[in-house]
Amino acid sequence: MEAVYEKYFRGNLPHIWCPGCGNGIVMSAIARALDKLGYPQDDVLFISGIGCSSRMSGYMDLNTVHTAHGRALAFATGAKVCEPRLHVFVLMGDGDAAAIGGNHFIHACRRNIDMTAIVINNSIYGMTGGQFSPLTPTGKKATTAPYGSIDRAFNLVELSRGAGATYVARADVYHAALLTNLIVEAAQHKGFSVVEAVSTCPISFGRYNDMPEPADMMMWLRDNTITVAQAAKLTDEEAADKIIIGKHFETEAVEYGEEMARLLASAKEAE
Amino acid sequence: MKVLAKKFKVLLNQKTCKACGICMALCPKKVLGKQHDGKAVVVDEAACIGCQSCSMHCPDFCFVVKEAAADE
Amino acid sequence: MSEKMTNSCKGTANVQLMQGNEACAMGAIKAGASFFGGYPITPSTEIAEYIAREFPKLGRYFMQMEDEIASIGAMIGASMVGHKAFTATSGPGFSLMQELIGYAAVAEVPLVIINVMRFGPSTGLPTMPQSGDIMQARWGTHGDHSIIALSPSSVTEAYYMTIDAFNLAEKYRTPVVLLMDEKVGHLREGFDISNDPEPEIFDRVSAHEGKYVPFANTESGVPPFVALGQGERYHFTGLTHNEAGFYTSDAGKVSEFMQRICGKIEDHVDEIAQFELDAMDDAEIVIMAYGAVARSAHETVESLRNAGHKVGLLRLKTIWPFHTDKVRELCAGKKLVAMPEMNMGQLAVMAKAALGDMPFLPINQVDGRLIKPETIEKAILDKLAEMGGDR
Repeated sequence: MEAVYEKYFRGNLPHIWCPGCGNGIVMSAIARALDKLGYPQDDVLFISGIGCSSRMSGYMDLNTVHTAHGRALAFATGAKVCEPRLHVFVLMGDGDAAAIGGNHFIHACRRNIDMTAIVINNSIYGMTGGQFSPLTPTGKKATTAPYGSIDRAFNLVELSRGAGATYVARADVYHAALLTNLIVEAAQHKGFSVVEAVSTCPISFGRYNDMPEPADMMMWLRDNTITVAQAAKLTDEEAADKIIIGKHFETEAVEYGEEMARLLASAKEAE
Repeated sequence: MKVLAKKFKVLLNQKTCKACGICMALCPKKVLGKQHDGKAVVVDEAACIGCQSCSMHCPDFCFVVKEAAADE
Repeated sequence: MSEKMTNSCKGTANVQLMQGNEACAMGAIKAGASFFGGYPITPSTEIAEYIAREFPKLGRYFMQMEDEIASIGAMIGASMVGHKAFTATSGPGFSLMQELIGYAAVAEVPLVIINVMRFGPSTGLPTMPQSGDIMQARWGTHGDHSIIALSPSSVTEAYYMTIDAFNLAEKYRTPVVLLMDEKVGHLREGFDISNDPEPEIFDRVSAHEGKYVPFANTESGVPPFVALGQGERYHFTGLTHNEAGFYTSDAGKVSEFMQRICGKIEDHVDEIAQFELDAMDDAEIVIMAYGAVARSAHETVESLRNAGHKVGLLRLKTIWPFHTDKVRELCAGKKLVAMPEMNMGQLAVMAKAALGDMPFLPINQVDGRLIKPETIEKAILDKLAEMGGDR
């Protein structure tokens, strides 16, 4: 084989993921995005949490850190503040980012520190065998929700936006080209950017929720996603059960690293 | 009049294929089929339109699709 | 009379009234710390406040994080890209940091955690002392590992010991905990380092021969550290890993890894563990103490000596690794070893293991007050009477 895979992967494949797992599709999208961005690999810091998706850091030929469950953004924040020249990508799963790492997530959004958070949302804790997460849609089944989850789910886009992220987008693994493009845009955005990558876990989510084949899940994504533009023409009720993909939000705000540099310069001057 | 349709090579690494079936389900031109063990196999390369659906959706990076050289 | 443990300023013009917490912050600056990630907590907050004021002037980074977990996470990230990182916290915050202390231990990331110990468990008595985190510092994170922990007894020592903490963290690629009693952290006393020799500052070693192997089994057990982002694209993980840094469950590799990360500290206990001996030469009775309590013990030594008892002080400057052999050797043949501690007997567990059948008297007080010299004195005299009365 050739091209982007060989350049950005370490060659320690096959990966650990199950047949049909969306993590590989996101990993491929990230490699394509890196290729389009053209950053030298030595200048990219790729930090992940814990869970199936977070094993990705071990496969990418970049400066990589596989952290602890939920803590990827905390590690990334310290590293980025100290080495602003590095292009920082933080890869997390849905439980990782929105449950155990939820506090770090909202505060990273608030600080608007220049990095790109990619949240692979497969609606489930995959590594532990299929428990519901804060992004599992209400009513869906999981090993810890055998009758269907009674929990309400976060809308990660709205959560990010409300917490202060300055670029928020969502794509899914069926729309892999869109996902690639949004990752590129998010990385080029100055500030804290969030890309939710809606993904598939055929083994631990699909099997319990009437989509036993990986291809079934892809078709489900095809049929249940609408673009931001399409959603704008619908009422909230009509769009309620749809996954709205595309760029949701982008704005400019003071970026933490720049503010830190300004503080250091003024403190030095005052001396 | 000769149709100027581009030709493509579909390079498939079966060794890393986990037989998930996504590529064949998504291929718009039925270029890919299922082998006895469930793994993907190229059955009609000539039909390939180079859409890259298989290479973008394969979770195991099994595909490289590229334009065939003119004399191929 | 010990120089560092008590105020040794001899009326020089450069003497300052200094607080233990401030001295700690100054020590960190001197050691070359360039990243602080912290969360406010009594009784450590003065350290964060000092650093927030001074770091920007020096072009260094102070961050107030969303909690203590984020604080240590950010420190690890900063250290990985080549910065000396530290935090200041206390019991509840130290508890929250435990998971990532284990991460730093296995990923071999240098860090310094100043734990200004307050009374616990739980919220306890936030402004009052207890040497309650001795065992948490050793075993607070899950799984086997080793750790370095130091405990200062004076303001001046808080300064130098903070520098030591950074040096040890860098030298052994490991988290180091400064277990400072609240009584030392909030103590104000004379401070004058103007005539002291320049302290040695140790920076992590990045030099290596040939291809960089990030977790190499070197002779010392400490692999060279090339900061992430400096051209060596390697991998950090909290998973048990091979020399290249990637996950392994191979029995031989796992065992080798565990032996190395523990051995790199435990095998160097002679270099790491520091003691201060006072009046020990002819001592028949030893008071073994650390931190703020060692100050009281020092007074006890003086008053018992005045009363004709041959008493000496064995002060543990290093808590972990605990130098069992050295403690046994120093106490061998003594009539009694007394160990006052502001807890229910945490380090006494280690002392007992070192002393075996030797007469041992733990003196424990957990009322939020510093153990007074007379309390130690009375306990020793009572014990001596009980043992056959040379009172």
